[in-house]
Amino acid sequence: MRILCAVKRVVDYAAKIRVNAAQTNVDTSSVKMSMNPFCEIALEEALRLKEAGIATEVVAVTVGPDAAKDTLRTAMAMGADHAVHVVHESAGAGAGALPPLAVARVLSAVVDHAGPFGMVLAGKQAIDGDNNQTGQMLAALRGWPQATFASSVSVTDGGTHAVVTREVDAGLETVKVPLPAVVTTDLRLNEPRYAKLPMILKARKREIETLSAETLNVKDHVDRDQGKLHVRKVSEPPARAGGVKTKDMDEFINMLREKGVL
Amino acid sequence: MDPAALAEFREAVRDFASRVVAPHAVAIDENNSFPSDVNLWKEMGDMGLHGVTVPDEYGGLDMGYEAHVVAMEELSRASASVALSYGAHSNLCINQIVRNGNPDQKALLVPPLVSGDHVGALAMSEPNAGSDVVSMKCRADATNVRGEAGYVINGNKMWITNGPTAQTLVVYAKTDVENNRITAFLIDKDMEGFRTAQKLDKLGMRGSDTCELVFEDCFVPADRVLGEVHGGVYVLMSGLDLERLVLSGGPIGIMQACLDVTLPYVRERKQFGKPIGEMQLVQAKLADMFMKTNSARAYSASIAKQFDTMKQAGGDLVAMGRKLRKDCAASILFSSEHATQCALDAVQLLGGNGYVNEYPTGRLLRDAKLYEIGAGTQEIRRILIGRELVRD
Ligand SMILES: Cc1cc2nc3c(=O)[nH]c(=O)nc-3n(C[C@H](O)[C@H](O)[C@H](O)COP(=O)(O)OP(=O)(O)OC[C@H]3O[C@@H](n4cnc5c(N)ncnc54)[C@H](O)[C@@H]3O)c2cc1C
Repeated sequence: MRILCAVKRVVDYAAKIRVNAAQTNVDTSSVKMSMNPFCEIALEEALRLKEAGIATEVVAVTVGPDAAKDTLRTAMAMGADHAVHVVHESAGAGAGALPPLAVARVLSAVVDHAGPFGMVLAGKQAIDGDNNQTGQMLAALRGWPQATFASSVSVTDGGTHAVVTREVDAGLETVKVPLPAVVTTDLRLNEPRYAKLPMILKARKREIETLSAETLNVKDHVDRDQGKLHVRKVSEPPARAGGVKTKDMDEFINMLREKGVL
Repeated sequence: MDPAALAEFREAVRDFASRVVAPHAVAIDENNSFPSDVNLWKEMGDMGLHGVTVPDEYGGLDMGYEAHVVAMEELSRASASVALSYGAHSNLCINQIVRNGNPDQKALLVPPLVSGDHVGALAMSEPNAGSDVVSMKCRADATNVRGEAGYVINGNKMWITNGPTAQTLVVYAKTDVENNRITAFLIDKDMEGFRTAQKLDKLGMRGSDTCELVFEDCFVPADRVLGEVHGGVYVLMSGLDLERLVLSGGPIGIMQACLDVTLPYVRERKQFGKPIGEMQLVQAKLADMFMKTNSARAYSASIAKQFDTMKQAGGDLVAMGRKLRKDCAASILFSSEHATQCALDAVQLLGGNGYVNEYPTGRLLRDAKLYEIGAGTQEIRRILIGRELVRD
């Protein structure tokens, strides 16, 4: 079984971010960019499936501008066998970004182009736009089953099915899906490995397959999808209002009563 | 080196250092030893850090000195004492073997050092031969034990970094006392007649183990000679040039760590109704720290780059070292002097907290001071630079 793993370049989770002056996005001009943490988890899971002898090849794919190649290099340094870059000017989040449907459209075309794949692994969401839609839309476009928010993944029945534990609001839910399927990963699925220097150096020399919406014959669709979503304004969350100090427990209880909490 | 590749390397080492090394820095200082729940030598080996200047065939990255200085800096930023031990291992020991060893010696000794399974050390200083190292008393007499040619070593070595843990040690000893000729040897810790004395209790660089080595009729087979017999001074001096250059990254990392601690503090700490970082006298100190850090970094990088360019062109590294000897000495003279100053400024800017051990500033100061002593003192560096300048 071959696995396609979608990885996205986003603002590093630890970076301090600010909204840009035009209020169209966060300012990404001088912040550190990294692989989306959920994508790292997806890639880690794909690599573990390969190490366990279940997957035969792990292909990493990203959609984004030229700089997104860094993320593919990271993926190869972690252990991906092959990297596919679908070059697109707009990526990330905020105004002008590719909406999830467009990305799902591109990924589906990559599945056709570079397939067959037994599984597409992706993060449940990217930490820039927090959309949490791409995996689901990809499954819908392909008519594949989906198992989202995975906290454990095992391939069963001689490689024909996957049993996935999902983290849902009510607790854990276990589903069994026939393959091929789309699986999106939650935070507790695994702890991703870090790339070692020898692999990082080797990855710099490896080739990255470069595609585009045109070469994948989905440009019209993608353009249309992109026109469907308009980001009106990006703004800072309101500053947290300061709390109040109560004199004693009685006053505290009374206050809770007044607010209707008790 | 390609700047983008070097930046990526720095990023990867920084990430490793902050994740794997930094969390242990306080305990390492307090306990005067590496952590026992994680093997930092293996962790660094797995990451690929021990072989920055080691050819591919021995498991190294073969990147060069510019990258090695960066690795030294980023590790020092996380824990100066771990980085000092790392420097002694990867440069003083491994790089000396790689540069001077024969293919058999390299194939045998280098791979386990690069993987971190073995720890390495280098020993030249003696209780009575520090700055005047060539006056060493440790001697190796040619001998023949049951048909096997070799040397018998007698004497002591002092202040040896990694001494307590090292499996492989590069050791200098006199093979011709009359003519003051020295030879370098590759010692294995299990050789009979070799032992280490008590681990030293130091002001700083705690956890970077230092001890005395004792040789009592220690037989060393002839194939354990590193480089030429009687050629030890050459091995030693050419190694010292590169040692000073690579170790200059240590103080640079300490200076960066001073900034890492100080900048958030002065932004937060308020006096007279505003952050102390807004006071101009405080800003003057910050500006000086910034300037010192960056000029030291730029100086060391420029020298390292010359070595790398030379090596890539197939040039003679030793001749290059000869040419850049005063620069190598000046790089660590400059960075270490400023690191002590930066650490003092960091203590000062944190005020009372800077003087309290809950904050890392005291450790940074104690660690920084070592670099004005180890790898030749500031005085010896100045003498060397001055002598070269007058001679030129
Ligand atoms: C933590 C630590 C780790 C070390 N690791 C190693 C190691 O791994 N391997 C190793 O071989 N050695 C190591 N050393 C030893 C180190 O290299 C020596 O301590 C150093 O060279 C100074 O020698 P000394 O201590 O004998 O001082 P001395 O030579 O006695 O010097 C004392 C003072 O006199 C000054 N002085 C001496 N001669 C002159 C002169 N001609 N003109 C002006 N001033 C002079 C010195 O600058 C210094 O200020 C280490 C030392 C320390 C503290």
